[in-house]
Amino acid sequence: MTVKAMKASEIAKKVINNEPLFILDVRNGDAFADWKIEGGNIQYLNTPYFDLLDGVEELVSELPTDRDILVVCAKEGSSVMVAEMLSEEGVDAAYLEGGMKAWSEHLEPVKVGELQGGGELYQFVRLGKGCLSYMAISDGEAAVIDATRMAHIFLDFAQEKGAAITHVFDTHLHADHISGGRAIAEATGASYYLPPKDAEEVAFEYEALENGLQVTIGKSKIEIEAFYSPGHTIGSTSFIVDHKYLMTGDILFIDSIGRPDLAGLADDWVGDLRESLYTRYKDLANELVVLPAHFMIIEELNEDGSVSKKLGDLFDENHGLNIADEQEFRDMVTKNLPPQPNAYQDIRKMNMGQIAPDEEVQREMEIGPNRCAVR
Amino acid sequence: MVQTDLTLDAKGLACPMPIVKTKKMMKTMDSGKVLEILATDKGSTADLQAWAKSSGHQYIGTETEGDVLRHFLRKDGAGAPEETITIPEISLADFSQKVEGNEQMTILDVREIDEFEESHIPGAIHIPLGEVEARMDELTKEDSIYIICHSGRRSGIAGDMMAKKGFGSLYNVVPGMNNWTGKTE
Repeated sequence: MTVKAMKASEIAKKVINNEPLFILDVRNGDAFADWKIEGGNIQYLNTPYFDLLDGVEELVSELPTDRDILVVCAKEGSSVMVAEMLSEEGVDAAYLEGGMKAWSEHLEPVKVGELQGGGELYQFVRLGKGCLSYMAISDGEAAVIDATRMAHIFLDFAQEKGAAITHVFDTHLHADHISGGRAIAEATGASYYLPPKDAEEVAFEYEALENGLQVTIGKSKIEIEAFYSPGHTIGSTSFIVDHKYLMTGDILFIDSIGRPDLAGLADDWVGDLRESLYTRYKDLANELVVLPAHFMIIEELNEDGSVSKKLGDLFDENHGLNIADEQEFRDMVTKNLPPQPNAYQDIRKMNMGQIAPDEEVQREMEIGPNRCAVR
Repeated sequence: MVQTDLTLDAKGLACPMPIVKTKKMMKTMDSGKVLEILATDKGSTADLQAWAKSSGHQYIGTETEGDVLRHFLRKDGAGAPEETITIPEISLADFSQKVEGNEQMTILDVREIDEFEESHIPGAIHIPLGEVEARMDELTKEDSIYIICHSGRRSGIAGDMMAKKGFGSLYNVVPGMNNWTGKTE
């Protein structure tokens, strides 16, 4: 009996369009509690596959008949088994091709804006992990910002667009996901830029990403201006692209702000974080469109699946930007922090080029949700 | 070193096969005997632990030798199996539609009294989580009951307790009152 496979890209469309879906997640309870496919119109049932080996008859009555059923597991194998068992009971159910592993790695490119002279700006939404990467394309050249581990997706996308990647930037040394920046730079010969204050221990050559650095992409001169904004890390740098877009890295998100503790220096960096958010960002134009490096909850997605909002709106609505009392701010970002991301210390080492585990291990390191924010 | 009675070679097998084979082999063994399982699937550790718990076997431990994981399980070692039931979840959006449509249903709020008094959904029945075990008889087992708390954690625990006592139609509203934007009183 064959059952239908559903690709991560199909699920992504359903999430973005808020379509109804019923997910039967057959991973064990801890894995399900830690992270799952999030969506506004998704119903869930978590029953581990090993409790279903004797049959799924009892499960059938708990499944809806009015929405698609998707069986999900870690890597695919168990979900195929359970979907086949359901099919034998007369229940139509698909399985997620590649499992949560594929979901974690899926990137959905969404166009977030036009750049002057016919250029385009794309946001790569990693729904499974909440990471956001960017590609600015202009006149046959492209710059990539905060690329995730799946370098080939960026390389293929640039090729499709007929653009050569000339500049690769990371706004900071990431602790929640493995950067694809260095791999992309090596594959294309592009320059790889890192903030020097975050890169003191890196084991490879890089270009210094310093305050005021300006690069142009393509003949039509899309300006990318670097803007020092420490706090999440000591090197954290933002970008203003084409005088219109503000890439905030992990300093400012739509519904939250960055956490300063992932290098173990929360108390030292909290002052920088406040200065960046309450003084430096405050001086910028309210009309700038904020493009962060993460989202935390699915409600932060716009209707087209993109994640962005005007800076002025964030100063009105984002709780983290509206704490007048400095001590209260300090307490919020240093106490009661959420758990740190899975394997974050190894991920930092990986991004500094100090370790180079094989791909399977890299995948394991990235399992689970990202947790770079405080609300 | 654990004294083993039988060894299962599940090296190179991907999920779900290590557990499928373990389960099969366990059936042929006598109570109290120890099975050693060799596996290379990294997910097998967490899954075997959870499976052992739900099926009443004792998970003794895992040793790692290079890429090979050696798991040890004792048949029936954990005494009587404890049944785990997880009730289905409903998203706040779907739940909200039902509330607005005045659908016939019971809403059970399991937060503490001060949280409940501050704001709750009109018509919700209030039983704090700590009292659910003793007071669930106040509710009707046949009714559709939507359980809500602040974030979905306590309501999940309450739902599991009630499901074990024979409540047939339970839903955990997730996340919960923290994101509720509908009417309150």
